[in-house]
Formats: sequence, structure tokens, C-alpha cells
Amino acid sequence: MFESLQQNLTSALKTLRGKGKLTEANMREGLRLVQQALLEADVSYSVAKDFIERVAQQATGERVLSSLDPSQQVVGIVYKELVDLMGPVDHSLHLRGETPVLMLCGLQGSGKTTTCGKLGRLIAERGRKPLMVAADLKRPGAVQQLQIIGQQVGVPVYSEEGQTDPVKVCRNAVKHARETGADVVLLDTAGRLHIDDELMQELATVERQVQPEQVYLVVDAMTGQDAVNSAKAFNEALELDGVIMTKLDGDARGGAALSVKAVTGVPIKFIGVGEHLEDLEEFHPDRMASRILGMGDVLTLVEQAQRRFDQEEMARQEERLRAGEFTLDDFRKMVAQTTKLGPLQKVISMMPGMGAFGGMLEGADVEKDMKRLFGIIDSMTPDERRNPTKIIDQSRRRRIAAGAGVEPHEVNELVKLFGMMAPQVKEMAGLGMRDRMKKIQELQRGGFLDPGAKMTRQKKSTGKRLSAQEKKQRRKERERQLRRLKRKKRRG
Amino acid sequence: MGLFDRFRQGLKKTAQLLNTDVRDLFKREGRLVDDAFLDELFEVLIKMDLGVQAAQQIVEEVRQTHRARVVQLTDVTATIKEKLKQLLAQPGEPIQLAPEGLTVIMVCGVNGSGKTTSIAKLAKLFRSQGKQVVLGAADTFRAAAVEQLAIWAERLGVDIVTGEQGSDPASVAHRAVAAALEKGADVCIVDTAGRLQTQQNLMQQLTKIHRVIGKQVEGAPHEVLLVLDATTGQHGISQAKHFTDAVHCTGIVLAKLDGTAKGGVVVPIRQQVGLPVKFVGVGETADDLVPFDPDSFVDALFEDVEAEPSAAGQSR
Ligand SMILES: Nc1nc2c(ncn2[C@@H]2O[C@H](COP(=O)(O)OP(=O)(O)OP(=O)(O)O)[C@@H](O)[C@H]2O)c(=O)[nH]1
Ligand SMILES: Nc1nc2c(ncn2[C@@H]2O[C@H](COP(=O)(O)OP(=O)(O)OP(=O)(O)O)[C@@H](O)[C@H]2O)c(=O)[nH]1
Ligand SMILES: [Mg+2]
Ligand SMILES: [Mg+2]
Repeated sequence: MFESLQQNLTSALKTLRGKGKLTEANMREGLRLVQQALLEADVSYSVAKDFIERVAQQATGERVLSSLDPSQQVVGIVYKELVDLMGPVDHSLHLRGETPVLMLCGLQGSGKTTTCGKLGRLIAERGRKPLMVAADLKRPGAVQQLQIIGQQVGVPVYSEEGQTDPVKVCRNAVKHARETGADVVLLDTAGRLHIDDELMQELATVERQVQPEQVYLVVDAMTGQDAVNSAKAFNEALELDGVIMTKLDGDARGGAALSVKAVTGVPIKFIGVGEHLEDLEEFHPDRMASRILGMGDVLTLVEQAQRRFDQEEMARQEERLRAGEFTLDDFRKMVAQTTKLGPLQKVISMMPGMGAFGGMLEGADVEKDMKRLFGIIDSMTPDERRNPTKIIDQSRRRRIAAGAGVEPHEVNELVKLFGMMAPQVKEMAGLGMRDRMKKIQELQRGGFLDPGAKMTRQKKSTGKRLSAQEKKQRRKERERQLRRLKRKKRRG
Repeated sequence: MGLFDRFRQGLKKTAQLLNTDVRDLFKREGRLVDDAFLDELFEVLIKMDLGVQAAQQIVEEVRQTHRARVVQLTDVTATIKEKLKQLLAQPGEPIQLAPEGLTVIMVCGVNGSGKTTSIAKLAKLFRSQGKQVVLGAADTFRAAAVEQLAIWAERLGVDIVTGEQGSDPASVAHRAVAAALEKGADVCIVDTAGRLQTQQNLMQQLTKIHRVIGKQVEGAPHEVLLVLDATTGQHGISQAKHFTDAVHCTGIVLAKLDGTAKGGVVVPIRQQVGLPVKFVGVGETADDLVPFDPDSFVDALFEDVEAEPSAAGQSR
């Protein structure tokens, strides 16, 4: 399965690569394969579908279609969107107040009791005095299991012999914690089905009476499509504060992480990576995204494609410069290419004859300036691009400005700049453009390796134009936060 | 309540969830089978955890049979059911008992899938058939795993052989089989610790348990059951492959089918690994086990979809 996923993505990438520009059709096929990969990674169908739609929307935008290396950008967007969806990170356990209570819940066998032990160990390590509570009175041997784990990690366990009401156990445990000087209480509850009304009600009662500071859902990484159903139900019954995903030490792709995050909106805090009680790690959305996509290899592939592309392109540019030709098209390519190498101003000021230009770009929103710049060039006819200084007159200037949505004087500025730059660039060509670019590349390798890095900035610049769906989501998030605040207040 | 009724009841919640989906496709009387329709159908099947490949196969079948026609719900479900039954078809294999003497059953699977509980259920089933059962608590790793099985043994009134925490599980298995032989018991069921199939040393340990048992009784273990959590997604395929590689699994116990998960991954497992499902777990008590039958599995899944679809349509 693992291999087939890698193959899928590799071929998805091939479909997107080497065609110069994206057409809607070739992207659809590529995205279909990405969707298939997500489904095979057990991402919920609806979540995967929404995700792909969003990526498609972004990718068909002008930025990608007019860019130099669409394949890199699409994979970059897919990856980045995945990371965004599973973030932001919040590894804090929010152990506020006098005796904060932390409650674990989830389906049967998901790993609650083991995770309780892992958290107990972690909290004790941080210098607090946790108390673990055996509130699973149902499963044979559950209490003994937690007791043994307590001994293993050196954390006391509260249990009541003969008790049949878990709510009472939890209540008494908090009292007991205060009396004995424990300052964090961890509740290990019994596994239950989300459709078991009675048992879900029981959890809600515990929440109401004990008022835990944090409620975590423990989810098995191997879960399939059902993850959305159970996570949603637990979140509705309890208002979760976080998710812990277990059993990620195997080869499960863990698509459920995406599903659960999408339906609950709460952060994934930790991951379980083994049966031993130290096998708990903080959750990192970027690693999870790579895992779901099987992306280790994809990144390498992107990198290789990029390198090959750059070399070919550089050779071509050098050819043209040798022949004494330098047009706005070359200029555009040069700028676009260098932006892949790292912070724009830095790279540009290092380019032959571009010092002044780099200075001009210095300022708040480089990406926006770039877009304007490219917009201007894209609004020109091929003739105008080849020979801007000679043929662009006032009426052409107006037409180009209107097409690019800028002021005519901006077109003028660009043409003037180009006029100044062109001779210098042609001169420098003799010195070996390739060597110069290579050096720049070496210096900038760090940024070069991260196709997603650019995307963050691009996203920011579109921040003002939210789709209806995005708006709805933001509104929901605000409402949710409000609810949370209210709940916190209620708790005092 | 009969076995089949209980089985159906367990699946009812599953079916209810599924229904809404399929019925959505038929808001009007009959529908044109076009790409949009087939996409929606694909979605329904994916949500059953059938996996991309199996779902595509079924969609393809529907496309070929009904393309560009206006169809009734039952036409389509009939095709799907037929396809699913065909995919799950298997010789009617009940638990393979030894021709004479002791039958040894080994149970394995990933962590928390439901092995120990399923063993309790099987023990109860054999007890109800008047068979003498010995349990082997060869999970010597997980905290209180032995206690868990011991509590079940006591409740069910069956014998159990245990070992120290951390001791060699193969030796516990060996002693369990030896004890069963000595007592002249009919069935010995060996529990093993949960493990992920990527943990090679633990998989080798499982192979060793299998080998040890095989040396004691001719043809043993007679059954090697893989317990699969019904909420498992496509990862289940890799589980089936690797456990079968390590210990020659003979069948699956599909546990936790009483939730909303559909357990559809057994379809690609059947296709790719060949493992049949033998039992289904539908709850946490020792009674919640029913033999798997592909026809009733599929029928129960679609039962409510086919019953009065128009009435359901009106109620929305
Ligand atoms: N490989 C691996 N196994 C884990 C992990 N977390 C838990 N387990 C195992 O999963 C199985 C179930 O864990 P438990 O902690 O008993 O699960 P639970 O949710 O408390 O189960 P119930 O109380 O029965 O609902 C045990 O075998 C654990 O050792 C993990 O991160 N990796
Ligand atoms: N609802 C439901 N729960 C089940 C079913 N089978 C098992 N469980 C529950 O699932 C949890 C795990 O079951 P176990 O039998 O301990 O699983 P296991 O595979 O032995 O776990 P490890 O030995 O830790 O790997 C327990 O809480 C069981 O009560 C089932 O068919 N339905
Ligand atoms: Mg537990
Ligand atoms: Mg067990």
C-alpha cells in the first residue's frame, strides 16, 4: 500500500510536471491522484474532497498558472494546506488553577490507559505531582492495568474497590488529590462507543461535576472513515480541548489526524509512538503532512526536478545573453527563478545589474510588488516585451496599465529600469551568468529546499478576499471561541 | 434473541448511517446514472472503508449495467450487493476443529483490536457446546493483560495457564497446550500481546509461538485468528498481509462492529490476502459474537436501504 501511494504521487507529479504551464485538465488528473492518495491514507472522503477543492481553487489562480514551475507550486500548496489544516500547534497541557483535571476519553482500545500513564510520567517529570484515577470500572482488569502503570512511572493511582459509579470515583478523586497534595488529576475513563447514549451521558456528567481543565480524545492512528463520526460525537458531547493520536509507531498513514482535526477543530497535542511509557511525542503538523502524503520522496523529487529545470533554464538564458539578447521575458524569468532561491531582495541585489532593483523591492510586501511587476509584463504584447524602450508609447502604456490594474507611471518606471539594466546585464553575461547563479544558489540552499515556505507569504496576500466558505468557517471559529470563553468563565 | 437477529441489530446502526447516504441519491423517483451519480456512489462506498480499488470496481460495475439509464434504487443496490457478495464469497468454513483430540486456536492482531475479549467470547461459545476449554495467557507484556484474561476465565468457568509478567510468551503457550493435553480438553485458545506488524522482533516472537504450538500437536494451531478492529481503515490490508506472512492466519474476527464503522476493509483483504471473516464482534460481553456470513452481512448492510426508500424520502 505504501509503495502504491508513493507511485501515485510520483505519477501525479509527473502529470503536473514538464508541461510548462498548468491546464485545468492536467491539474485535475493530478489532483485526482492526490485525492486518491488521501483516501488510501484513510482521510475522510468529505474532508479529502473539501481539501482538494480548496487546493484546486488556489492552484488555478493566476499566480500558479503564470509561474515558472507549476508542479512545484501545486505540490507545495498541497503540502502547505495539509500542514495548515492540521495546525496550529499547541502542546501546552494548560495546567492552570489549583488542581487542574485532565480527562481522557475515546473509543474502546484506542490507548487511553496507556496514554494516561505517559502523560502522568511527563507531568511528574516537569515537577508536578499528578494523581491518576482509575475511572474505568467496566473492562476486566482496567483498574489493575492503571495500577501497574502507576507503579512503572512512579505516579500514585486513585481507585475505589467495589464502586460502580465512575462519576463518584472522579469526584472523590479530586477531593483526595487536594487532601494529599497532588496538583494535577488525570482521569482514565472507560472506552465507549459514541452512539452509546447512556455512556456518553455519563462522560458529560463527569465533565459537569468535575469540570476538567482539559478534555482529550484519544484516537487510534489506524482508524478509517469512521473517525469523523466518532470524533464529532465526542466533541459534541464534551467540547474537546485536544486530541492525542496513538499507535503512530507503525506504518499507518494516519489520515484520521486530518479528519479529526477537520471536524473538531481542536489541536492535536501529542502522538503515541510505542507501548512504552516514554513513547509520547509532541505533534508536528509538517511531519504528519509528509506522512499522510508519503512525501519524503516527493520532496526529493521536487528538489531534483527543480535543480534540473534551473540548470536548463540558466543555460538557455546564458545563450540568449551571449547572442546579445535581453528582453523583459528574460527579466521576468530571472526574477521568478531567483525568488525560488530565498529572500527576494537579497537574491536580487546579488544579481548582475540588479542592485538598484533589489533596493526598489525592499519594503513591506515583496510578493505584492512582484505580482504587480509580473502583471505589467504579462499585459504586454510579445513585441513590447522584446523591445520595451523603443515601442512603448503613451497609448500602449495606458493599455498595459489598464490590463495590469496599475497606474501608467508604474509601467513607465519598469520600462526605464529595464532600459538602465539591460546593457549592464548584457555586459555581465560575458563573466558567466551560470557561475554567478550557482554561487547564489549555494548561498540560498536553505530556502530552496522548502517548497512550502513561499506559499505562506502568498497566502497572506490573498487574506482580504475570503470565500464564502472561509468566511463561514471563521465565523464558526469565533463562535466556538466564545463558547469556550463562556465555559471557562462558568468554571471560574 | 437469535444469533442472526443479534447480528442484524449490530449492523443496524451501520446500515442507518449508510441509508441516509444512499437515499440521498434518490430524492426523486429514479435517477439518471451519470458521472455525478457515480461519484456519489463512490463516496458511499468509500465511507464504508471499502478502499479506492474495490469501490472503483463496484462503481464500474454499476456504470456498465446502468449507464445513462434512469434507475430505481433497488436496481442499483441489487448490483452492488451482488458484487459485494461475489467479492466476499468463501467456502463455508466454520472453525476448523482437529479431527480428533485437542484443537488449538491462536489469536493475534494489532494493539487494542479486541483479541482478549474475542477469546472470552469464543471460550463462551465452546463452553455452550459442552467443550472443555483451556486459555493460554501468552500476553506477558501489557500491564494486567493476564489479569484481564484471568477475570474472563473465572467468569466463564474455564481453565487458564498464566506466566510471569515479562516471561517468554512461547513458553506460556507451550505450557497451556501441555495442560490442555493433560486435562484432555477439547480446545486451547492462546492469547498473544498486541503488536504492530512493522515490529519485526515481535513478529518473530509470534512466529516462534506458532512453531512451538505446532510441535506439540499435529496440525496445530488449527486456527490462527486475526482480530481486526472494525473501525480500521485501509491499514487493515497491511495487517492482514503481514500477520498472515508471520503465522499463516486462517481467518478474521471482525470486532467492534456494533459502532458506526462499516468494516468494509474486509473486502479488499479478501481480495488481496484471501482471508475470510469467521466471526463478528458486536459488543463487550462474552455473548456478543456471531458467525460471519457474507450474504447476511451484505443483506443486513442494505436491508434498510431497500425498505421503503420513498417513505424515507418524504420524511426529510
Ligand atoms: N504500538 C503502540 N501501542 C500502543 C500505543 N498506545 C497504546 N498502545 C497499546 O494499545 C493497546 C490498548 O491500549 P490501552 O491503553 O489499554 O487502551 P484503552 O483505550 O485504555 O482501552 P480500553 O480501556 O479497553 O478502552 C495496548 O496494547 C497498548 O499497549 C502506541 O502509541 N503505540
Ligand atoms: N463495542 C465493542 N467493544 C469491544 C469489542 N471487542 C472488544 N471490545 C473492547 O475493546 C477494548 C480492547 O479489547 P481487548 O480485548 O482488550 O483488546 P486486545 O486486542 O486484547 O488489546 P491488547 O491486548 O492491549 O492489544 C476493550 O475495552 C473491549 O471491551 C466489540 O466487539 N465491541
Ligand atoms: Mg483503558
Ligand atoms: Mg489483549
